[in-house]
Amino acid sequence: MSSLTNSLPADAQGFNPTASAAGGEVSDFFALLKPRVMVLVIFTALVGMVVSHPNVNPIIAGISLLMIAVGAGASGCLNMWWDADVDALMTRTATRPIPAGRILPNEALAFGMVLSVGSVLILGLASNWLAAGLLAFTIVFYAVVYSMWLKRATAQNIVIGGAAGALPPIVGQAAVTGSVSLDSVILFAIIFIWTPPHFWALALVKSGDYAKAGIPMMPNVAGPDSTRRQIVWYTLLLVPLGMSPVALGFGGWLYAVISGLGGLGMLAGAIQVFRLREGEPERRAAMGLFGFSILYLLLLFAALLAEHGFGLFRAVGV
Amino acid sequence: MAEHPEFSVRQLTPAEVQARRKRSIAIALTLGALVILFFVLTIAKLGPQIMERPL
Repeated sequence: MSSLTNSLPADAQGFNPTASAAGGEVSDFFALLKPRVMVLVIFTALVGMVVSHPNVNPIIAGISLLMIAVGAGASGCLNMWWDADVDALMTRTATRPIPAGRILPNEALAFGMVLSVGSVLILGLASNWLAAGLLAFTIVFYAVVYSMWLKRATAQNIVIGGAAGALPPIVGQAAVTGSVSLDSVILFAIIFIWTPPHFWALALVKSGDYAKAGIPMMPNVAGPDSTRRQIVWYTLLLVPLGMSPVALGFGGWLYAVISGLGGLGMLAGAIQVFRLREGEPERRAAMGLFGFSILYLLLLFAALLAEHGFGLFRAVGV
Repeated sequence: MAEHPEFSVRQLTPAEVQARRKRSIAIALTLGALVILFFVLTIAKLGPQIMERPL
């Protein structure tokens, strides 16, 4: 029972290659996949599938959904590999498997690459190559465009990079229909516009962490006041966009009520963030918006799932 | 010819041995799941025609 270790010094990222080559638990590898993000991806991709009412074998749809989730996890793993140095500097991310020394960077890289290639190939074989191409694009966009380039280069990092997180409904629809329609593009747009107020609310509270790691988040670059204004603008855009499925005919009464009330909640949260700028109330308002934004998106997609997946759709209007 | 870095043998701790065993089991289960996945996928894609092939 031995392990081959070499006497090379710690690598350029500051990780000692002899530190823990054999210590990684299965749960650490699972954590590399960002399971909470995977749940969101599975959920939004599933909604992208059901709104198009596909005539597809449920087994193929299920395998496609699994591969979309694995692809998303793989991109999260590659993100953690690339960002291990900055993750080590932030309290929120310092306990992740690589900065904590439980998994070696190269192990994470190999794990992420194998899952990326595997998920794209299996999705292509199971459904079609349009969906596989879109999944590959999502992985590359998140791992390369966002993680390696945008994140450390511009305060618009999560605005542009948010496209990767918004793509799963489109990939899901492409997997079961072989095409992309306006419905899934609208779902993409909702997640895309939702991302900035969601992340910037957190960034307002964690701006010290991001500054320490040298990541140009909006509050560090443009200042908290400008960030608050932008949160309000994005929310003003998000609320009507969130209700647009009703106008386009694929959101029914349930969706109309939830998107209307949820939109009001988002607006109220954004205004609170804009108004309260000091001390504990400021922190509470920002974290309140951050938490509510997750609930808002969850409810929007749950309403569509209930309407299209469980027969609760009742059209609004005549 | 370039010199190779020197390698030394280190005894694994009991925790590392256990972690390696769990990783091995996880890899085996994943491979088994992949076999099942490809089998089910083949049946789902081909359907009843799977039995109608030229001999």
